[in-house]
Amino acid sequence: MDFLRKKFDEIRKPFNKGGKFEKFAPAINSIDTLLFVPKHNTHGGAHIRDGVDLKRVMVTVIFALLPAMFFGMYNIGFQHFSQLGESTAILDCMIFGAWKFLPMLLVSYGVGLAIEIAFAVYNQHEVNEGYLVSGMLIPLIMPIDFPLWMLAVSVVFAVFIGKEAFGGTGMNIFNPALIARAFAFFSYAPQMSGDKVWVADASTIDAVSGETILGQLAAGTDTSWSVLDMFLGFIPGSVGETSVLAILIGAAILIFTGVGSWKIMTGTLIGGAAMGLIFNALGINELMNFPWWQHLLVGGFAFGAVFMATDPVSGAQTEKGKWIYGILIGFFAIMIRVFNGAYPEGMMMAILLMNVFAPTIDHYVVAGNIKKRKNRLKAA
Amino acid sequence: MAEGKEALFSKQNKALLSDPLNDNNPISVQVLGICSALAITVQLKPAVVMSLAVLFVVIASNVIVSLIRNLIPGRIRIIVQLLIVASLVILVDQVLKAYAYDVSKELSVFVGLIITNCIVMGRLEAFALANGPWKSFLDGVGNGAGYALILVLVAVFRELLGSGKLFGIEILGHKAKTIADSTGLYALGYENNGFMLLSPMALITVGLIIWVQRSKNRKLIEQH
Repeated sequence: MDFLRKKFDEIRKPFNKGGKFEKFAPAINSIDTLLFVPKHNTHGGAHIRDGVDLKRVMVTVIFALLPAMFFGMYNIGFQHFSQLGESTAILDCMIFGAWKFLPMLLVSYGVGLAIEIAFAVYNQHEVNEGYLVSGMLIPLIMPIDFPLWMLAVSVVFAVFIGKEAFGGTGMNIFNPALIARAFAFFSYAPQMSGDKVWVADASTIDAVSGETILGQLAAGTDTSWSVLDMFLGFIPGSVGETSVLAILIGAAILIFTGVGSWKIMTGTLIGGAAMGLIFNALGINELMNFPWWQHLLVGGFAFGAVFMATDPVSGAQTEKGKWIYGILIGFFAIMIRVFNGAYPEGMMMAILLMNVFAPTIDHYVVAGNIKKRKNRLKAA
Repeated sequence: MAEGKEALFSKQNKALLSDPLNDNNPISVQVLGICSALAITVQLKPAVVMSLAVLFVVIASNVIVSLIRNLIPGRIRIIVQLLIVASLVILVDQVLKAYAYDVSKELSVFVGLIITNCIVMGRLEAFALANGPWKSFLDGVGNGAGYALILVLVAVFRELLGSGKLFGIEILGHKAKTIADSTGLYALGYENNGFMLLSPMALITVGLIIWVQRSKNRKLIEQH
């Protein structure tokens, strides 16, 4: 390792103080800390010693995302070949899926990190790791045939408006990945919805119909997918959101490491189930009759609940607030799905909406707590 | 009176014209008149017509109010101002209906709403009531132009990126049903950005203009 360290130090010499490229120090620093463990130690005084920093937290989330990502890649191939009636060998599917998905991932990371580094150099601060997770989430919540340049534009918008305009990592009020999706959804509707975008190359093959389950329900037709398919994820949809099983593995990792809040996840499930039950009781249209527990299996519901709603920056911070925040997300997600057929993906809207209200929720939870304590003080 | 001695385009008077374009822009600095800036900037043509209409109303009402400023009783000055502005707006509306019916239909209620445009009332209250007609005229030109500048900027953005046109002329090429039949950028697979046609994007564009302006003009950044 010493050899590598020396080699890297040589490379970064011109970036050090007084060097030729001093201005670009933040860029090289970010690569440095990504490759090597930083040597900064604390000196003197009392410190809480904990190995967890932002980078470790982000890497944990990425590990949690891997099952969903790999299944997503497999499912891209599976949907494509099964619709064509060809053999669906696992390896073929994986290779086809990787061929389709990796360019999206590369574009997302390339464009996003370039903007992050540009901002860091311009403002002379260190590059933050916040984009590591967003950059992976963004391609996972897009349809597979989404053109790469549109993806790039969405990423630019998400990082610029969704994040840097508010002051960078940790300051954004909306989840940047969802900003990217919302932007793409409203900007390029034909590429983001309908029955031709969810299966790879569907637009060039007439026989293929890759309508998502929510799309079918909104159109009033019956779905042909079994509940097991919905749970395991062998259904058309955005890349990473189809398999509830893979997402649950991710959820287990997040909860076990304490990175994601189980309160928000459970709250979202409860809210969604409650709203689903209410609509089942009313049962006016196809979407209302869709069994409440199946609502939780399809669309981006599970993915949103586990990876989007639990974003510690844009979500609620207080413990009681997390419950309220989660329950309302589930509530609104199902409500938007059912009431507005044009936006079958209610989860995105619901989370963005609750992002706005998260600080308000926190404010009232804190205010309520202060009031309770004051009363206790009075009584004593 | 000081006005008599002052040159027509003294430094002070020039500032009346140039300040509202940048340092004291009615939209990007004072954040007035936002509703119309959001509503009619989908295309360049209505934005230009709207700008001209507001320019006319601001200038004319500024001059009129300034001329009679010593006759208006303080207590009912708002009503008097509103009457003047409303008559001018009706004038504009009728002219538009007569000579530019299509645009007038497109602008619909927003011509009438110039009456409530904060820029107009704001200039009357803040400037015309206290200054002579020539200065008020310059102030009206400056503020109307400041409003027009932002409106046109936003509209250029939105029409170019949202429908690939400017003044209804296809700038980025022709978009046909298939890529093969399209020309220009569309032949490369480019698509119009539908979000640009929705009003949130106008707000974001104004926000971006404010961002750029303040990073160039640091004295505008508020201290907290």
